[in-house]
Amino acid sequence: MTTPLHGPAKALRLAAIAATLAALGAGFAYAAGWIGAPRLTPQRIIDTFEAQAGHHPGYRKNHAKGLCVSGYFQASGQATSLSSARVFSQQKVPVIGRFAIGGANPFAPDTAIPVRSLALQLTSDDGQVWRTGMNNPPVLAVSTVEGFYEQVLAGAPDPATGKPDPARLQAFFAAHPESAAFRQWAASYKPSDSFASTAYNSINAFRLIDANGQAHPVRWALEPQAAYAALPAQVDDKQFLQHDLQQRLAQGPLRWTLRLTLADPGDPVDDPARPWPAERRSLDAGTLVVEQVDGPEQGACRDLNFDPLILPHGIEPSADPILAARSAAYSVSFNRRSHESLTEGARP
Amino acid sequence: MSATVFHPLARLLHWLMAVLILAMLFIGVSMVADLSPRHPWLVELHKATGLALLVLVILRIVLRLSLAHPPLPRDLPPLQRLAAGASHLLLYGLMLAMPLLGWAMLSAGGYPRPLQLPAIAPHDLQLYAVLRQAHGWAGYLLFATVLVHLGAALVHGLVRRDGVLRSMWPGPLRRGE
Repeated sequence: MTTPLHGPAKALRLAAIAATLAALGAGFAYAAGWIGAPRLTPQRIIDTFEAQAGHHPGYRKNHAKGLCVSGYFQASGQATSLSSARVFSQQKVPVIGRFAIGGANPFAPDTAIPVRSLALQLTSDDGQVWRTGMNNPPVLAVSTVEGFYEQVLAGAPDPATGKPDPARLQAFFAAHPESAAFRQWAASYKPSDSFASTAYNSINAFRLIDANGQAHPVRWALEPQAAYAALPAQVDDKQFLQHDLQQRLAQGPLRWTLRLTLADPGDPVDDPARPWPAERRSLDAGTLVVEQVDGPEQGACRDLNFDPLILPHGIEPSADPILAARSAAYSVSFNRRSHESLTEGARP
Repeated sequence: MSATVFHPLARLLHWLMAVLILAMLFIGVSMVADLSPRHPWLVELHKATGLALLVLVILRIVLRLSLAHPPLPRDLPPLQRLAAGASHLLLYGLMLAMPLLGWAMLSAGGYPRPLQLPAIAPHDLQLYAVLRQAHGWAGYLLFATVLVHLGAALVHGLVRRDGVLRSMWPGPLRRGE
């Protein structure tokens, strides 16, 4: 054992120790994003939603207006050679779901928003959980998170009109040629009169993993079995789609076919803006049966985060960067609304 | 005669956990503000490492209670003695609490758990909010406590030179030093 240090030698060593601790602290602050160049974070994306649509405590920060449903999924058995996930072989998989319209305003009229979504949780009897959030457009307008953020900014409501500035939107689309497929969809989109007659698309690609560990890039869509009817030109009911769904479910269950579309080698599997050629092989993986509606924001779906990366064994994410960003941003939304529920008693 | 250094197994566990805990703190604080393709990968790594740390901390507590450990230097002032005791208690408490809070938080949020572990808390949004906040703040507190611990260890080793750092030294120890 040596003697303790004193004088300048001690001061020098103490300074070195302090510098070491300060460096570690600074590294931590940098990792947290507290110092350094501002980055695009999931918090910033959610902040932007809230800045544009207003602060609505307790609600989801996007696709804020929706309602909970429940039912089951009945596998056809046709997908069992492509994925080992139990949902594709089990007779009847319990499902919790949520129909919603796009946007961060929970009080928007149902028919004012072109984007409709269906989020599902399928829980198979092996304890595995599959959550998926699907929208009615088959593709996104952008391929990257930065592009998505620019799109959100370009779509900001003009304070004068309360609507997005057409010039800004036009400039955004001009700067993002990858949005061609989305614009084509938007131009030809004829909204149906019901959530029940709407198709919902995974948009992002995933990988089905078969029993041999082989991966099959896939996109999925729920195709409605209810007949299409155009949305009336004039709709006065702000809850038009919710009321319609409640009425239809009072008559009996509603059905969708889960269609899996497989990519060919060379297809863009990591780009949510680019569709695959129409002739790609697809198969009917089973039928989604929605039996019950729980009510607006009431029911089992309310306290779930439909993070699209919650996947069962047998389904894996693609390298699509939007998928990772969705997972990160959904988590921020879930944390915020749970916090609001606690501190403000906000329960939609 | 009491031990002058920690048991080799205790030292191995200490340094293994030191590396993992520091990595976890940095992963945790960066992944929540990250939306790149690293995000899901970091979250998975965070959960798996958290589970490993839970197993390690239980083993560590058992070892701490069963193995002999060196006493603090006799000339250490009472206040520092108290600080040493309290900070170690806090470290053990946080090392145990962090993975349990993470597990409970996933349970309360209705999230699947790694290895299909059972839920240890009811699925409840408000409870989730409490646990999620607690997990974050306990993480900051753990980081601060680790800094204090590291600073104190370096003062013992470089300034006081009283054998305390040596007692937990990861490498081979020369005799009679």
